Amino acid sequence: MKPYLSIENLTQRFPDGAGGELTVFEDASFGVEKGEFVVILGHSGCGKSTIMNILAGLAEPTSGGVIMDGVEVKGPSLDRGVVFQNYSLLPWLTTLKNVTFGVAARYPDWSKAKVEEHATKFLAMVGLEGDVIYRKPSQLSGGMRQRVSIARAFANHPKLLLLDEPFGALDALTRGTIQDELLKIWGQMEQTVFMITHDIDEAILLADRILLMTNGPQACVAESVEITIPRPRNRTEIVEHPNYYAIRNHLVQFLGKRSKELSGRTAVAGEINRPETVRIDKTEPQDDPEDTRPALVAVSN
Amino acid sequence: MLLVGLLVWEAAIPAQKAVEELTEYERLTGAGAAKAGVPPPSQVIAKAWEQLSNPFYDAGPNDKGIGIQIGYSIYRVLTGYFLAALVAIPFGFLIGMSQVAYKAFNPFIQVLRPISPLAWMPLALFVIGDSEASAIFVIFICSIWPMLINTAFGVAGVREDWINVARTHELGPVKTAFTVILPAAAPTIVTGMRISIGIAWLVIVAAEMLVGGTGIGYYVWNEWNNLDLTSVVFSILMIGVVGMTLDAMFGFLQRRISYVE
Repeated sequence: MKPYLSIENLTQRFPDGAGGELTVFEDASFGVEKGEFVVILGHSGCGKSTIMNILAGLAEPTSGGVIMDGVEVKGPSLDRGVVFQNYSLLPWLTTLKNVTFGVAARYPDWSKAKVEEHATKFLAMVGLEGDVIYRKPSQLSGGMRQRVSIARAFANHPKLLLLDEPFGALDALTRGTIQDELLKIWGQMEQTVFMITHDIDEAILLADRILLMTNGPQACVAESVEITIPRPRNRTEIVEHPNYYAIRNHLVQFLGKRSKELSGRTAVAGEINRPETVRIDKTEPQDDPEDTRPALVAVSN
Repeated sequence: MLLVGLLVWEAAIPAQKAVEELTEYERLTGAGAAKAGVPPPSQVIAKAWEQLSNPFYDAGPNDKGIGIQIGYSIYRVLTGYFLAALVAIPFGFLIGMSQVAYKAFNPFIQVLRPISPLAWMPLALFVIGDSEASAIFVIFICSIWPMLINTAFGVAGVREDWINVARTHELGPVKTAFTVILPAAAPTIVTGMRISIGIAWLVIVAAEMLVGGTGIGYYVWNEWNNLDLTSVVFSILMIGVVGMTLDAMFGFLQRRISYVE
């Protein structure tokens, strides 16, 4: 049984400018289940954004493919909503019009009033109400702009929501509040989300599963770490959870050391290169043989 | 400042010597005939008052009111200009969106663009045969280039992110052109239109001096032939005022459609 979203043997090569080829990542394969929140973590240059663009249909992989809900991904589609790092709002439209623009494209047979009502509802869900929705993006703060972008994406009910470092350009405090908004709206919608980030704490707070990428070039998705912290999560409470620092340490170790060591590891021919599943759960008795692997013992000390 | 300038102008013009002060000999040799000098502002203002209080009189082919003359000029400018816009904006879109079209047409544009619009006049008169239509053609050919080049530039410079927004929302090419590319490029396009209307208004005066008959350019030249410098100065000022008004209209449009990123 294939997962809801299946990424199969994705390889991306670019000309390196000297006649040769630069392999960004090779044979990346992983799956995302329906309703799952998956975050991908990795250093700059490992091809996270390229994977995101392929999933969005904005770029073509050199080889391999993406299958979502039994259909191959070819070109951009309304089934896959994207929130870009730089918000990508249309500056000549008001906040409300930026959202209705998307809704009207998704539901062409809705009346104008229904489209506006729907858009207003989703703007309210991210905390934008009243006069604010009639302002132009240039009159909004960075945080508010990203809320509009998130509302636009959620309002379209895409089968898959892609978030490309959505909070990268925001200050830490704003980031916190918008992460909360995102968790709240995600909780209500049961949306499948695939997100890129650089921020480990953000990844633990939001994700069901974190995919770890080795360093580029020739990067691959090496591990898939389950976040064994129950929902609903709250930024002040999850740090108290016994699994929090165990998972965090594992991630820091990976990004700090192992991402470099595992880099350039070539895939075995004919074998599907699935990431290794890692489950760290300190609330369970330690009888799972998987938990006794050396790498994990080292970090849980 | 304007007042000071006008006073200096008034004072700088030597008063005509009264005819009575001349000797009979001087009068016989013609020294007493009024010399055509640059008229002082007081005369120009009097002329303006006279002309503007009845701008639409028509007393034969050589004596029409200033309003009628300006009306003819504006009609020619706007006709040529809007024909140019109809061609330049869609064509600019094409070469802005397609690198191939840009490379194919750019050499021709670069050759045709620097040609003085008046250089087309003989050819236009010969081919079209009608002086009215030739003047409109000259306006068309001079106002097409800034609009064409600015449209292409604006369309080519639309941010990739906005195009991606359109792509992820499955907008078709026509919908993308109208809902994303056109508003995004509109400030640049209108800047081109504003430059064009300015050039068109500059060129119509010269064109009408050549084709004659009607229009503000013809009026200036006709008054020069009549040695009526007061009317010449007055019509120069009127050309400026109309040009400013046309520009202000596009300035207003530009403010309406501009956006802050």
